[in-house]
Amino acid sequence: MRTVLSVLVRNSAGVLSHVSGLFTRRGYNIDSLSVGETEDATKSIITLVVSEEEEMVRQIEKQLYKLVDVLEIRELTGEDALKRELVLLTVKSSRETRHELLTLINVFKARVVDMSESEIMIEMVANPRRISGFLRAFSEFGIIEMARTGTIALPFPASG
Amino acid sequence: MAKNNNNQGSSAKTSATRTEKTVLTKSGAEVLIDTVLANKIDSCWGYPGGAILPFYDAMYGSNLKHYLVRHEQAAAHAAEGFAKATGKVGMCIATSGPGATNLVTGITDAKMDSVPILALTGQVATTAIGTDAFQECDIYGITIPITKYNALIRYADEVADITETAIRVAQSGRPGPVLIDFPKDIQVAHTARLKPGKLPIPPRHYEKPPVVGDLARLADAINRARAPLLYVGGGAIHSGAYANLIKLAEKAQIPVVSTLMGLGAFPGTHDLSLGMLGMHGMAYANKAVQECDLLISAGARYDDRVATDKSDFASQALRAHIDVDQAEINKRVKVDFYIAGDLNDVIAELIPKVKQVKERAWVTFCRDLKAANPLRFNKNGSFIKPQQLIYRLWQKTRGEAIISTDVGQHQMWAAQYYAFNGPRQWLTSGGLGTMGFGFPAALGAKIGCPEKDVVVISGDGSFQMNMQELATARMYNIPVKIIVFNNGFLGMVRQWQELFYENRFSSSDMDYNPDFAKLCAAFDIPAKRITADHEVEEALDFLLNTKDVCLIEVAIPREEKVYPMVSSGTGYREMVDFDSSKEAGDEVKIIPNEPAARDGYVTRGKK
Ligand SMILES: Cc1ncc(C[n+]2csc(CCOP(=O)(O)OP(=O)(O)O)c2C)c(N)n1
Repeated sequence: MRTVLSVLVRNSAGVLSHVSGLFTRRGYNIDSLSVGETEDATKSIITLVVSEEEEMVRQIEKQLYKLVDVLEIRELTGEDALKRELVLLTVKSSRETRHELLTLINVFKARVVDMSESEIMIEMVANPRRISGFLRAFSEFGIIEMARTGTIALPFPASG
Repeated sequence: MAKNNNNQGSSAKTSATRTEKTVLTKSGAEVLIDTVLANKIDSCWGYPGGAILPFYDAMYGSNLKHYLVRHEQAAAHAAEGFAKATGKVGMCIATSGPGATNLVTGITDAKMDSVPILALTGQVATTAIGTDAFQECDIYGITIPITKYNALIRYADEVADITETAIRVAQSGRPGPVLIDFPKDIQVAHTARLKPGKLPIPPRHYEKPPVVGDLARLADAINRARAPLLYVGGGAIHSGAYANLIKLAEKAQIPVVSTLMGLGAFPGTHDLSLGMLGMHGMAYANKAVQECDLLISAGARYDDRVATDKSDFASQALRAHIDVDQAEINKRVKVDFYIAGDLNDVIAELIPKVKQVKERAWVTFCRDLKAANPLRFNKNGSFIKPQQLIYRLWQKTRGEAIISTDVGQHQMWAAQYYAFNGPRQWLTSGGLGTMGFGFPAALGAKIGCPEKDVVVISGDGSFQMNMQELATARMYNIPVKIIVFNNGFLGMVRQWQELFYENRFSSSDMDYNPDFAKLCAAFDIPAKRITADHEVEEALDFLLNTKDVCLIEVAIPREEKVYPMVSSGTGYREMVDFDSSKEAGDEVKIIPNEPAARDGYVTRGKK
């Protein structure tokens, strides 16, 4: 099961080592980790996507909570949170495939960033599932290079 | 600006001493010493070197008493021994690089056994960090997984806050080691921040945790249980739950088994005590676990030396878990319900909720289990049996001594045959199993508890791992009493090789052991070597009556094994007990925690 944990941390020099070290040391499976500042410059959010059973996720949360730099942990797995990833991609393109590529880019609501005779560079922001579908669709054209961020997430505003 | 910062601490205190009022700045080293002293830490163990010299200079003539060890590992263990015996924070110091890395084993040991120690290491100057400078090492990075909190001080203004934070974190909740890495230039840099302000970490790390969980359900389960059993661990000692545990056990008539780390959390000679459970636990303790219908873990963590087979550990019973560390709950064995919080608080709340029980058939059943399954070994000619010697030591010290052990067979015999009257008498490396722990830890304990007898129980292998500390003991006249059981082997390794590797004794033979008495002579330490049974009495008297640090080397048969034994990964059903018919000699049976057994003890001196 994939679980998204949003961990609010104090911006201290060693915070990332503490968090990532915990995962290697205890053998937790982690799909992605992304870090960035928040609205408060003294705090960052580390978004973790972990593939573990429910029991283990609870254990991970408790272990994280023991770290002195961890301020708050939120689980943002379900429908109540917006999840986004960014992917950058260069794909082979030729006169014959260009039209098909552009149609696909349109379908996925991705964006062309640059183009040459033989390559096309694309960016896309979407939820992790759509990103994976997008990558599958383009893989048959021949992916030259790809870079992908980890998932970040925020809860939707409470309605009412 | 300086004046402003000075007001950070309690102004009443500042104005109380005239000198402090006039001092507007101090060096980082001085502020660290002040902060440590303000937290009632007044002794430390360590070893100087280049990167920590300014600190040693500031310590010179201060009220922080320093004990110079002969190897930094011993400094960390001595700090542990002090902390375990007193409940206060122990402190150790090393220089950068090799000094710091020599502390690592001791810090890890403290992490595994939840011992509050403060390790202070010198570091190269902030301007040199990251350049692979002489004796630079990333001790901050190295100690991330083995500390509760660690910090590299970057500015002199941070010294008070970081030191205060470290000390508070070490002691709170589930205690543990903390490390401060102190660059040389910051040790001498001046600051006006002389006292800690608001601590930079969330309060949950230094305030007492609240009690959460199903207290009513636990009380109800106790009141309904036919055969309840308390399973106490090291957490019971840390939380000071001794008096309340006795109250609870007596009120509801609940027998008590203890982990290796929990020994002394409940009086070993109490009628309800069933001694130690687990891999080398008493057969009656393990059998009680298999028979109970409610198992209450009190500050114990269902670890692999106790719940040897996690799928078959008290699986017939309702399992409850009380622990100050939430992360221990359901970590290894799934429990039916839990309470998170300080154990002593939980037990105190529980006592009025449980029904007074007069007699329980279950308690009688446990008493019978004890009588039917004593500890056993064979007496064979004039060979000295370590079990008997430890039992005799227990009688002579009335169960009141502090016993500090190394790791191996001698450790298990000590755990089995010495029934502790109370908490903080038993110093042993349980989680990490660190050979070399016992002697330096005893030195720390003796400094913390000068009025108590402190006895080291060690093996010929383990003692050689930190025997250089004989010089420290001599230098400061720290009168610990050392017993080295010499079986000429790494005994516990030999036992496994005999049982699981068809007697292939690969590198467990300790050929060329030193003559320990002669070794002591070189340090001007009185010592004796004994080889025959009739010498035991006199040797123990020598040990207990000598006012100085002293040692006895005790030759024991190499074939002696520790029983009972539950192999790792197997359940208590497969426990192997001693079989007298397989060994030479006549069987001796001992129930070490039986109060009557103490009748014959000899009172020594006037006391
Ligand atoms: C530092 C360290 N190295 C290795 C071990 C593995 N080990 C566990 S018990 C033991 C033998 C201990 O021998 P000794 O101190 O003579 O005690 P005995 O078992 O003979 O009583 C060894 C090598 C350990 N626990 N610690």
